[in-house]
Amino acid sequence: MTAPVLSHRAMRRAGESRFSPARVWAMLLRYLYILRSSWPRTLELLYWPTLQMLIWGFMSQFLRQNSSYVAQAFGVLLAAVMLWDLLFRSQLGLSISFLEEMWARNLAQLFVTPLRPYEWVLSLLAMSVIRVLLGVIPAASLAIPLYHYSIFDMGLPLVAFYVVLTAMGWALGLAICGGILRHGMGAESLAWTVIFALAPLSCVYYPVTTLPGWLQPVAWCLPSTYVFEGMRDVLFTGAFRTDYFLAAIGLDLVFLAVGTTIFFIAFRDARRRGALLQTGE
Amino acid sequence: MPDSVILVERLVKRYGKTLAVNGVSFAVERGVTTALLGGNGAGKTTTLSILLGLLLPTSGMVNVFGEDVLRHRYRVLPRMNFSSPYVDLPHRLTVRQNLVIYARLYGVPRRDERIARLARDLQIEAMLERPAGRLSGGQKTRVALAKALLNEPELLLLDEPTASLDPDTGDWVRSYLEDYRARTGATILLASHNMAEVERLCSQVLMMKEGQIVDRGSPDELIDRYGRTNLEEVFLQIARGRRAELEPVS
Repeated sequence: MTAPVLSHRAMRRAGESRFSPARVWAMLLRYLYILRSSWPRTLELLYWPTLQMLIWGFMSQFLRQNSSYVAQAFGVLLAAVMLWDLLFRSQLGLSISFLEEMWARNLAQLFVTPLRPYEWVLSLLAMSVIRVLLGVIPAASLAIPLYHYSIFDMGLPLVAFYVVLTAMGWALGLAICGGILRHGMGAESLAWTVIFALAPLSCVYYPVTTLPGWLQPVAWCLPSTYVFEGMRDVLFTGAFRTDYFLAAIGLDLVFLAVGTTIFFIAFRDARRRGALLQTGE
Repeated sequence: MPDSVILVERLVKRYGKTLAVNGVSFAVERGVTTALLGGNGAGKTTTLSILLGLLLPTSGMVNVFGEDVLRHRYRVLPRMNFSSPYVDLPHRLTVRQNLVIYARLYGVPRRDERIARLARDLQIEAMLERPAGRLSGGQKTRVALAKALLNEPELLLLDEPTASLDPDTGDWVRSYLEDYRARTGATILLASHNMAEVERLCSQVLMMKEGQIVDRGSPDELIDRYGRTNLEEVFLQIARGRRAELEPVS
């Protein structure tokens, strides 16, 4: 019998440590390999935000000549489109990386390693950021030469909107992943559909006052509503509503707590039902 | 007192009204290759999944390396690994990318060196840059074995390690496992219904049926006890329930 060539003690230490950035990086690397292995998937990241920006950019140009509302702030529709896409891509970026593991039937292989579920979640969040940046930044940059409009001119408020929408996207993504873990691949379409149910209430393209009175309090329960109202304030008046931002952050924390709880309950339930072994197409 | 790597007591796993594992107790000693032998639905894979922490039992105690797996699985997972033909590696990643990811997850030091050595030992060097999904069944098994040995596990759990392999590849895998155990002193627990494999590799057999261990012993002991000429005949006798005293044994 020979002595082990590897340092078991070092590996044990690595495995026992409560949190390992190396394991998070390993998972992130896995998703980057997947992204790199398929150019259609990479192209798809750019395709939809760019297409949206083109449609709404030309629509805005037309409305500018025919509407005093849009003439006041040409960028309002384009900014709304891009911020909505940021929210959607943030949720979808997380859900797609999660689904990659389901499609590959890889959960059993992953969770016999020392990988913690929360380390996996951190890699999913990081991948969501990468996917959003890969998709939205080129589209936003393309609007500059096409329409002489730069969303980046919004400055620091844009960073605040980005943070709020990204966190909300993560929360929804985690809840959706929990739903898919619980109900299997039959619930896969949730990843593409759930968020659109929130679009009318988020008041992406119109003020909250447009909604019926009884629906307005419901709209104000979404962090995204504060972002789109705040965005219109920035574009129309130049003022950043700190009260909106703080309310949105508070709601984000609630959403994240609920989304995370749903995900981890579903994960534990999957271990109870044996779904980590069986989940797949 | 024997040095038990695995100690399972009164393990029960229930799915609704179905009892997948029904009060199983057993111990596996260090450096020994043990088989969980039984037909489909006997509870072999369920037992392995519980040992790996992939599945939560309904009740019972599961101890690996002296640690309660249900409470401290992360203390033991770095020291063990698992391979099954029914759990694939991600298809679109190359073999090397897959091995790099798992080496990082296990915190394997000098991982390039380790992967190169395993690739040489398991004769997968030529396929390192190929997508895992484009490998043949035999190649996939060797790659899965490479993944399972990345952390040089002290405990290796194998679910039907040679299922659907041609006889030559199956024989090669069995030889490699024998050599690995002899070289490292590892403990191996394998679920199988390949009798020849079990006779060749295992010094202890746990016969499972309908979620219970109905008999146990070395292959020779079982063959003698049932008055048969090989383990397959013993298996068939147990599977068909012809032994009058076929009761769970503790």
